[in-house]
Amino acid sequence: MTLTPVLTDTWDKDRSWRLATYERAGGYAGLKKALKTEPADLVQAVKDSGLRGRGGAGFPTGMKWGFLPPPDGGPRYLVVNADESEPGTCKDIPLMLASPQHLIEGVAITSYAIGCDHAFIYVRGEVLHVYRRLLNAVEEAYRAGYLGKNILGSGYDLDVTVHAGAGAYICGEETALLDSLEGLRGQPRLKPPFPAVAGLYARPTVVNNVESIASVPAIVAKGADWFSSMGTEKSQGHGLFSLSGHVTKPGQYEAPLGITLRELLDLAGGVRQGHELKFWTPGGSSTPIFTAEHLDVPLDYESVGAAGSMLGTRALQIFDETVCVVRAVSRWTDFYAHESCGKCTPCREGTYWLKQVLHRIEAGEGQDSDLDLLLDLCDNILGRAFCALGDGATSPITSSVQLFREEYQAHIDGHGCPFDPSASALFAYTPKTRTPGALAGAGAGGH
Amino acid sequence: MTVTTNNPSTEAAPVELVTFTIDGTEISVPKGTLIIRAAEQAGIQIPRFCDHPLLAPAGACRQCLVEVSMPDREGNVRPMPKPQASCTMTVAPGMIVKTQHTSAVADKAQQGVMELLLMNHPLDCPVCDKGGECPLQNQAMSNGRPDSRFTDVKRTFPKPIALSTQILLDRERCVLCQRCTRFSEEIAGDAFIALQDRGAHQQIGRFDEGVLGFAGEPVGPVDRPVGEATNDTSGRPFSSYYSGNTVQICPVGALTGAGYRFRGRPFDLVSTESIAEHDSCGSAIRIDHRRGQVLRRLSGEDPVVNEEWITDKDRFAFTWQSSADRITTPLVRENGELRPASWVEALEIAAAGLTQARQDGGVGVLPGGRLTVEDAFAWSRFARTALGTNDVDQRSRVHSAEEAAFLAHVVAGSGVGVTFGDLEQAPAVLLVGLEAEEEAGITFLRLRKGATGKAGTKVFAVAPYATRGLTRMNGTLLPAAPGTEAEWLTSLTTTLGGGLSPADAPTSDIDTSALAQPGAVILVGERLAGSPGAYAAALGLAEATGARLAWIPRRAGERGGVEAGLLPGLLPGGRPVADAAARAEVAQAWGTEVPETPGRDTAGILAALADGTLGGAVVGGVELADLPDPAAARAALDAAGFVVSLEVRASEVTERADIVLPVAPPVERAGSYWNWEGRVRSFGAALESSALPDHRVLHVLAQHFDVDLQAASPTDAHLSIAVTQRSAWAGDRLAVEAGAPAEPPTIGPGQAVLATWRLQLDAGRGQDGEQFLAGTAKRPVARMSAATAAGFGAADGDRVTVSTQRGAIEAPAVVTDGMVDGVVWLPLNSAGCRVHDTLGAAAGDLVTVTVAVAVADRSEGTAR
Repeated sequence: MTLTPVLTDTWDKDRSWRLATYERAGGYAGLKKALKTEPADLVQAVKDSGLRGRGGAGFPTGMKWGFLPPPDGGPRYLVVNADESEPGTCKDIPLMLASPQHLIEGVAITSYAIGCDHAFIYVRGEVLHVYRRLLNAVEEAYRAGYLGKNILGSGYDLDVTVHAGAGAYICGEETALLDSLEGLRGQPRLKPPFPAVAGLYARPTVVNNVESIASVPAIVAKGADWFSSMGTEKSQGHGLFSLSGHVTKPGQYEAPLGITLRELLDLAGGVRQGHELKFWTPGGSSTPIFTAEHLDVPLDYESVGAAGSMLGTRALQIFDETVCVVRAVSRWTDFYAHESCGKCTPCREGTYWLKQVLHRIEAGEGQDSDLDLLLDLCDNILGRAFCALGDGATSPITSSVQLFREEYQAHIDGHGCPFDPSASALFAYTPKTRTPGALAGAGAGGH
Repeated sequence: MTVTTNNPSTEAAPVELVTFTIDGTEISVPKGTLIIRAAEQAGIQIPRFCDHPLLAPAGACRQCLVEVSMPDREGNVRPMPKPQASCTMTVAPGMIVKTQHTSAVADKAQQGVMELLLMNHPLDCPVCDKGGECPLQNQAMSNGRPDSRFTDVKRTFPKPIALSTQILLDRERCVLCQRCTRFSEEIAGDAFIALQDRGAHQQIGRFDEGVLGFAGEPVGPVDRPVGEATNDTSGRPFSSYYSGNTVQICPVGALTGAGYRFRGRPFDLVSTESIAEHDSCGSAIRIDHRRGQVLRRLSGEDPVVNEEWITDKDRFAFTWQSSADRITTPLVRENGELRPASWVEALEIAAAGLTQARQDGGVGVLPGGRLTVEDAFAWSRFARTALGTNDVDQRSRVHSAEEAAFLAHVVAGSGVGVTFGDLEQAPAVLLVGLEAEEEAGITFLRLRKGATGKAGTKVFAVAPYATRGLTRMNGTLLPAAPGTEAEWLTSLTTTLGGGLSPADAPTSDIDTSALAQPGAVILVGERLAGSPGAYAAALGLAEATGARLAWIPRRAGERGGVEAGLLPGLLPGGRPVADAAARAEVAQAWGTEVPETPGRDTAGILAALADGTLGGAVVGGVELADLPDPAAARAALDAAGFVVSLEVRASEVTERADIVLPVAPPVERAGSYWNWEGRVRSFGAALESSALPDHRVLHVLAQHFDVDLQAASPTDAHLSIAVTQRSAWAGDRLAVEAGAPAEPPTIGPGQAVLATWRLQLDAGRGQDGEQFLAGTAKRPVARMSAATAAGFGAADGDRVTVSTQRGAIEAPAVVTDGMVDGVVWLPLNSAGCRVHDTLGAAAGDLVTVTVAVAVADRSEGTAR
């Protein structure tokens, strides 16, 4: 299988982020065509293309648009989820940095298709450079008449607001994102009502991932058949595969869905020289980990699911044999404990506990009962939490204990970590301490 | 599937039933019922923390997880992949629910959540106020694991935080169910507390720089001792009149009341259901006492009146009943000093003195507005029979003849009229002379529920400025200077009744059409007595639009007093004194003649005492400082020939009385209040006591006049009430004639019209002895519009002096948006701001305003 650069097509051009660069490569052909098409036909085209949500869950994008109730004269909103924060996931941020007009054209087409006059792009707050670039790109699009009043003489008006979050992983959850966008505390909302019925400001709202929306212009310009000719039967089209970690040439690889890690590794020059693959994530830290056994699993929604994980955001983190799985999972768990929003008990308290148990095991202070405790805690969190954050926090733990139980046991039996952390570093690294002390009591205001 | 809160107070409509199966039992419940509520109906208790029937579902604690199977489109019942929160999911036809009793999955899920909740909980139950009545403790026993596997480090916080002087928060005990924040937001609507931080650091708190880690000067240690709450970013101190409810609904011991903290154990307490005495709402409360000492009061449950909420005043202000100045024995004045006496002696001297006073021109009767119904009827009958006078008036406040006629015409004998439930359903409610939050706290909550809920009640208030209460009801201000309320009402009568407005009517583009819709309600407050023509105009508006009219006094006894005829022209049951047939009915019921001339009102009685026309007075629970002219009242009682006082505690009246007869406070007696709806609210004695209620004292005193009041016991008193209430008065009612409209005062330079009303928490004697509650009272401020302030050369935050020839009050000026120009508002009876007493002025009077101290730094404005 080969690469299919669509979104990444112009990334290597000079000043690839400028509107002129994008237009020279055929940009905004999709919008011009869309404005002459009936909105309902655009929705149908996206349905026909088989485009599924690129934010991780893989829900059919066209179907999501179709859930909006019929227009009632009030506002309807498109909200683009650009709050990319999952450990390992790094596709939307490079896309918005290198070629923001893909997204903006997609926003314009989608807004027109769903009858929205005001779209929002909710960008992760920590990536200030991307926020600035998006603001400039939106300004460029306004000046060129692709946004604003009477777009390209069609009579269609659209305003786009770029909003920066305040730094919370939970705001990638669509209803927490909407609350945050409304100026409230970012915590997931009780559903129903779903955003399609009562989303932003209690109005019908479509929330889509950056890559999903950015894929729309090419579908409109080149046709649904062109898009669905790529990929597998149920996972159609192209997608960004983000390779990171112990890989010779890390980066974004845009390929049809269904490509395997073996093929991607060939394109990326293989695992770090002199080392071999130990484990990897197919879609970010929230997806159960895979090993070398899974090198030939086609990376589409169905095959990855059948193999016991999730395609997620196609964030392929590659770990070679120098990596201690306990240490890696422990760091991921620190992340979830830090990012748990606190709304529901299982996630808030569960991640706090998991973090301490993992730190104990890593420091050689684990007990034999701890492995079963970890698994049982995960069982008490998975499917019991308010939103998917809690579920995601359990995936790396459950899957790694399943696959590497003896390595966990070795930490307990040997009263310490058998690995040298500096061996897995890609740079000179001296661990500050081999035995992190037990977690100090979390006093008020202490982080 | 929709999420709704089950609302026990909604009036029954034809209900659609849904049949489903829970733990193998098929039951039918109304459509929209949550699984957790349906389970309760089936007798199945699902453990829960965040769920509360009066709050919107949150689904936060995840304690109530159950297994649910749903029929698919073909009707095959399929289990849902995950356990579901039964507090957020409504029942559906054919649904099969398995709770912890029949599902191992649900049982394990519940035990798992419970273990997680207990993990960071201190388990300091032996020293926790909640221990023994704690949902966490109880449900951990019923639905938790026998032991915890947690051996790691618990989250701790410095303890406790004072959210206000009254409410303390121990954050490490909190399970973050958010009942308190949801109450503050959904029910009370005030910025009291909010969630802060996230993850395991998530905590409840008020605006506290120390906790939030905001830049800037630290305000002090986090666990600052009980003291004044800091201001938030908008400059408002965090305070709420309903904050005590958060303590009661907290499912753990995280929120505690400062007054009760560490003072009792639930299993030592004896609980008595009772009725709150602080306003005319008649809220159900529970009094908890231990060995004769009341330790706390809680909200009772009464879906039709106060649901499960009470005001902080009703909750915390109970120490007045046991304060050190209680009168425990009859007192007789001898050589100018009061000395203890026996009941026999005191009653004999009292009877002799009153007999003499009757011969010296008559006896005036001032029973006060806080009587129970039993007492009120005894007072009314005592005045008419033993003393043979109609000189009786319960109103120890601003009052008018127009008001007396209005009460006789509209209120007396009208039974249950507008109800709390009606307020919730009404399309529109007009408030005149009434600040609902300050003067009838629970009424405010019900109005707000209507305004923010399905009914979308539109609230209008004729007032000089939009209070925070009105704003929280999304209400609309119909701006009026005090004394001009009638203009608005007349104008509304014209516009809503159809016709041309008078030229001088207030003009506005406010859409008031909702007030003409069926079901609209007009609520008038007792303050309208100070606004000539306003009561008559309110009646006119009601007649023109068909809106229903209700009168909401402040004091708990006033509605019952109106029924009992504690007014100079009114006999029990709405019978006019001037009507011979009415007198005859009462005379027959009482078996004795009733004096035929209508008597003097409060002002008239005081004047007659001062000039010697009346020979003496019998005075009940009257605070002289509550009267519009306290100095004149003091002089009148000083001049009075003979004064008998029935009081609970030493007062300005007892200081001037010749005989003081001690009576029982509500906690030590049985009785009933007639709340403003007209609903009878009966309560029993919480404490055993030898103190006598008013009706018993009057009964014995009447015996000296050879009169049988038939009020020796509560039962007798009820029978005695029944004889006059058995049949309603069918004859003519008193007509309401508008008082002479006062000439609008000419406002000179440096002058303004005074607006004033009582705040819920102020310097009232009913709040004596509760320092923690006093700390949450609003500080007195002088409100005025920007233009008015500019006229005085005053700016926001300056200290201004409001004065009359009698005296002066100094308070910080608060420039208030949208306030009527030429008006200055002061709280009527707050600490350091006793308007009647200091200024000798009432609402509508002219006052002079000058700047006392200009604030140099404008940025440090005061609370607004």
